[in-house]
Amino acid sequence: MDNIVLTEATYYILLALVNPQHGYGIMQETEAMSNGRVHLAAGTLYGALNAMTEKGWIEQLPTEDGSRKKNYQLTASGLEVLTRELKRLKELVRNGEEMLGGIDND
Amino acid sequence: MTERKTIRKWFFVWDFEKEEEWLNEMALSGWALVSVGFCRYTFERTEPGEYIIRLEMHKHDPSYLAFMEETNAEYVGRVFQWIYFRRKSEYGPFDIFSDIDSKIEHLRNICRVLFLLGIGNILIGIGNSLNGLNIGWINLICGSLLMYGLGNLRGKVTYLEKERKLRE
Repeated sequence: MDNIVLTEATYYILLALVNPQHGYGIMQETEAMSNGRVHLAAGTLYGALNAMTEKGWIEQLPTEDGSRKKNYQLTASGLEVLTRELKRLKELVRNGEEMLGGIDND
Repeated sequence: MTERKTIRKWFFVWDFEKEEEWLNEMALSGWALVSVGFCRYTFERTEPGEYIIRLEMHKHDPSYLAFMEETNAEYVGRVFQWIYFRRKSEYGPFDIFSDIDSKIEHLRNICRVLFLLGIGNILIGIGNSLNGLNIGWINLICGSLLMYGLGNLRGKVTYLEKERKLRE
């Protein structure tokens, strides 16, 4: 697999889908995780969910009876993408702290 | 029954941001969009600022509308490929696109439609003029106008593409 750099939206959507979740749930989960900083707009989220389903990173779960809401969940390949990204982010943080450690210490 | 009023107004497709701005000014003054038609907007009396209005070009897709409704947005109506949504402001800020990539994609879709319509009009205009039909100039004017709009939107896309080199 190539080295993929995820966008912030993609990263949070994958993270929210570690447990099955529907569209609005992903938006709320993302806002909660980022303390309200990251806000996913519905059109952007819809496009991202379709693109990620096509790539096989996430899958749609069969809908429960009586519910129109579609639930999504991470696939094995989605989990791998996410794990690689986490490793990359840790490297970014490590390097940043090493270079700026003496400057920004609050 | 809630008080209603209808306003007839014309916006060029490439001015959709101005259209949205005007609809939100109406909503702020207590008139929320409740239905749309070609150059026709119907509003209902609400509390000032009760709703936020957004519009978007999107192909026919019922599952998209269901998805939007899941996020508390109300589908107001559609004119050709343009969909109008409103959402109560108590749910917080309401946007359809939250990153540069999806904004660029939306603009590109509009550009594609303008390009096809523009080229179509110019070709028909040239064809009619060559055949000695007097109405050819109408198509040529429409075609040029559409191409002007296309240039306008391409400028926005270029700006966003530049921004994207630095941020999301």
